[in-house]
Amino acid sequence: MTTERGVRGLIDVTIRIGELQQIDLETFKFALEQLSRQYSMHIKFELKEERAEFRCGVCGEVWSFERENLDPEIREAIHVIPEVAHAFMRCPRCGSPDFEVIKGRGVWIESIGEGIKC
Amino acid sequence: MLDPRISVIGERLGRISKIIAVSSGKGGVGKSLIAATTALILSKKGLQAGLLDLDFTNPSSNMILGVSNVYPIEEKGMIPPKIHGVEYLSITFFAGDEAIPLRGEDVTNVFIEMLALTKWSDLNYLIVDTPPGLGDVLLDLLKLIRRLMFLVVMTPSRLSLGTVRKLLALLWGVKAPVIGVIENMLTEASASLRDEVERLGARFLGSIPFDPEVERGLGNPKKLLETKFAKRLSSILDQALEIT
Repeated sequence: MTTERGVRGLIDVTIRIGELQQIDLETFKFALEQLSRQYSMHIKFELKEERAEFRCGVCGEVWSFERENLDPEIREAIHVIPEVAHAFMRCPRCGSPDFEVIKGRGVWIESIGEGIKC
Repeated sequence: MLDPRISVIGERLGRISKIIAVSSGKGGVGKSLIAATTALILSKKGLQAGLLDLDFTNPSSNMILGVSNVYPIEEKGMIPPKIHGVEYLSITFFAGDEAIPLRGEDVTNVFIEMLALTKWSDLNYLIVDTPPGLGDVLLDLLKLIRRLMFLVVMTPSRLSLGTVRKLLALLWGVKAPVIGVIENMLTEASASLRDEVERLGARFLGSIPFDPEVERGLGNPKKLLETKFAKRLSSILDQALEIT
């Protein structure tokens, strides 16, 4: 993108990663930096994790993701497809499986800002 | 907000020649059985075939294929395991036998995730087993897989025909290619609805008589392929897909 836009300066890219993805931020950042170097791009990546929150569709209870309480196999399944959480989690208040992920799902580019321009 | 998953889907499906969705609009017509058996038949004919089960809330293709103790390999995505020669992916690899109650947006997310992550190889055919209904998954399919063809399944019942009429109208309305209609579970007591299907303007591909032996072939693909059901389906596919 930097070359396409003729920008040779530093680009700040902020990537937001949902907690449910369970991605190691340092490893991911390292991979992104290696990739950007391969294309001779000068990008400064900032990776931010968004904590996961769920809201029950029946009683309205809001609760957070407690990965430590989950079996490693279930954690791995949720890492690949976060919606699989619906198979293994229930509302802690009323026991309903009808809940929505209100925060902490997916990986997305939050902002692309141009830094120092030459 | 950019969703990087969408841009990957075309690349993930790029090595597949033909993608066929097996749909019916209505449940209980044998859609999953026809989808799974189609993939097995194509593989047996020497073609590279894959099966993607998009029925997230009530998947059954794993039972039909007798899948156990195999999992996709995580390697810059997911490499689907081969089951009796068929590359196969289902949400059951991640959720096991647990029920997965999902609402609309979650269904779309699972769908996008599976398409964006799965690394299919050079397939001649990817068969997609779709859930019943004309809602989220069908709309997502039409949106995200542009070169999709539809194989419609029905039973010789006017209830089934009514749903097929709606499904065909929806598909034709968005110019989606429809290969034709298969009538499944024909019995002596039920007259074929061939004429009615043809009056709708669809290609009638053939009827498959109800075969009680199929039950014994569930979970055992070799046995399943030996049933009259599979043999009849095979000859229908030869004509419908022009397999020589």
